[in-house]
Amino acid sequence: MPAVKETIETVESIAEYEHGFVTEIEMDMAPKGLNTDIVRFISAKKEEPQWMLDWRLRAFERWQTMQEPSWAMVRYPAIDFQDAYYYAAPKAKVELNSLDELDPEILATYQKLGIPLREQEVLAGVRGAPRIAVDAVFDSVSVATTFREELAKSGVIFCSMSEAVREHPELVQAYLGSVVPLSDNFYATLNSAVFSDGTFVYIPPGVRCPMELSTYFRINAAETGQFERTLIIADKGSYVSYLEGCTAPKRDENQLHAAVVELVALEDAEIKYSTVQNWYPGDKNGLGGIYNFVTKRADCRGARSKVSWTQVETGSAVTWKYPSCILRGEESQGEFYSIAITNGHQQADTGTKMIHLGANTRSRIVSKGISAGRSNNTYRGQVSAHAKAKGARNFTQCDSLLIGDQCGAHTIPYVEAKTPYATFEHEATTTRLSEDQLFYCRQRGLPTEDAVALLVNGFVREVLQELPMEFAVEAQKLVAISLEGSVG
Amino acid sequence: MLKIHNLHVDVGGTPIIKGLTLEVPAGEVHAIMGPNGAGKSTLSYALTGRDGYEVTQGTATLNGEDLVSLAPEERAAKGLFLSFQYPLEIPGVPTLTFLRTALNAQRKARGEGEVSVPDFMKLSRDVAKKLGVTQDMLKRPLNVGFSGGEKKRMEIYQMALLDPRFMILDETDSGLDIDALKVVSEGVNALRGPDKAMLVITHYQRLLDHIKPDRVHVLAGGRIVDSGGPDLALALEKGGYDRYKDAA
Repeated sequence: MPAVKETIETVESIAEYEHGFVTEIEMDMAPKGLNTDIVRFISAKKEEPQWMLDWRLRAFERWQTMQEPSWAMVRYPAIDFQDAYYYAAPKAKVELNSLDELDPEILATYQKLGIPLREQEVLAGVRGAPRIAVDAVFDSVSVATTFREELAKSGVIFCSMSEAVREHPELVQAYLGSVVPLSDNFYATLNSAVFSDGTFVYIPPGVRCPMELSTYFRINAAETGQFERTLIIADKGSYVSYLEGCTAPKRDENQLHAAVVELVALEDAEIKYSTVQNWYPGDKNGLGGIYNFVTKRADCRGARSKVSWTQVETGSAVTWKYPSCILRGEESQGEFYSIAITNGHQQADTGTKMIHLGANTRSRIVSKGISAGRSNNTYRGQVSAHAKAKGARNFTQCDSLLIGDQCGAHTIPYVEAKTPYATFEHEATTTRLSEDQLFYCRQRGLPTEDAVALLVNGFVREVLQELPMEFAVEAQKLVAISLEGSVG
Repeated sequence: MLKIHNLHVDVGGTPIIKGLTLEVPAGEVHAIMGPNGAGKSTLSYALTGRDGYEVTQGTATLNGEDLVSLAPEERAAKGLFLSFQYPLEIPGVPTLTFLRTALNAQRKARGEGEVSVPDFMKLSRDVAKKLGVTQDMLKRPLNVGFSGGEKKRMEIYQMALLDPRFMILDETDSGLDIDALKVVSEGVNALRGPDKAMLVITHYQRLLDHIKPDRVHVLAGGRIVDSGGPDLALALEKGGYDRYKDAA
């Protein structure tokens, strides 16, 4: 069929990555390489207390004894961890008192990315438009956090991790590493040693956070790894919805992004965590792109607590990421909604873990994988019920969509129940985007690209519906853009 | 309106249509009948530009404009509509979303502005009423879980909404019970007009009792082997296609 031939041809031309620009700015860098001096350098830069430095050093010592994991279905050349910068921050001339003192280049960068850093810009929009508080992380540091005063009125703490270490040490010491311990895994331990910044959120008991919170991560500097650390604590009966977005310039070398996200939900608390990940995926020949090796975990510590992960993964050269829930509290709930799109030479090994520890815990997994070009897309999930998790329930649905005939989709579910009183359901489908459907849409007047976007959006609709309204629209566009040129 | 001259169509390297000539003037409805494997569906796919249906010779024009060199969506924007024999299911895409996207894509291709949401909603309700299409059907993903008859009804609904100039109905009667056939036929008849035309492809006379054709053609062996008035369909119903075996 000619269409198949066209598909193969046009797969070569992957859509332009529109966030691939570089911001020219003077940077404050740590020397290249990784050793205890670098760990001390980062800690000193952030004016951290001794306990924080000790924690980092313990992690670094541990990391030196660890092996890089190799079980994921991804292939990439060995990473030389000594050949990268672990700290890069825009040079600030003075202590910032307001956004006006922020480097205009950085302001312009976020403007170009469509991220509102000025509160009045958000407010100036249409009446009733959603208001979103933003923490902007540029390479290794947080450059701005908006709406902090307004949030503080309801007792919500929303600030950079560096600030939290200084201003709220009791909270950080109580919760940091309590979900992802510093010995957890190779990348998480590396992160614990060298993390430079990230976002800290604390929602006090009974408070419903009055607006969406978000962090926008931008890698700008060359040969730099980004290691951010996010910690969100939802105290008893509170609620927060949080969104994370990411982009990076086009560069020929691979850059490492090894983040750790820890969520803690106490009794009756609910956290909704959404990610739209659009790191640079590399060029059409598979050169460059971000290695996205991220550890995200939620601890549903309190009874009836709930955590919902929603992710739209379209970028990165290699993705290794399993946002998980430890369902410790009785009747706690975990949800994972995922759209993972790979095109070109991208590889994604992503999924979730639902660890049922408490009685009557429930979890739900809906994963939609789309593979195009020569990419490989793997869903890897674990659902387990421990002896005390009587009445645990899980429902898993994994659907894969193939576009073209040179891509791969793999589903690897691990299911384990140590109690006879658990109910697990698993459904999986793999389909190919059919020529019949495409022709049907085109006969009705839709050009091929629009038809693919419509069909794919239909395929992922169930997950898009889980995103906050304003981001769902963005995600829908992103889905279309990342598949441009995948069909003839 | 539609002019086909000496059309040859290959599918997978095998010639299926072998020198077909046919003219359907504006305002008329023509029926194409013929035995299985005569090339009826191939003709509808070749006219609408489906991949794999290769025109090797001859011409097909709509109002003097060449169709063969156009992409399927460009032909649709020129006002060519195919009611599919086997309509496709589009999971996750609500019917009205699909149709509004399609209508606006066609309008854009013709250099017209987008139809407003209130105007579209009004249009969709008006058409739905005439064709006995429920609001529930319109909210569901297109054709997903619809019965064969519902899918055919939905094809005619789409046709009425997109308001094409030339309509090809491929085996629209299959899967319809008598009552549904009546409703669908009335819907089709309402779309007849002096500046429009239709090509009705069918096996059976039954549909032509409801949608009265101006001309009936017999397609066999990839060519039109006989043409006549509505009476020809009645004769075929009685005598079958045996007598055209040699002509093919």
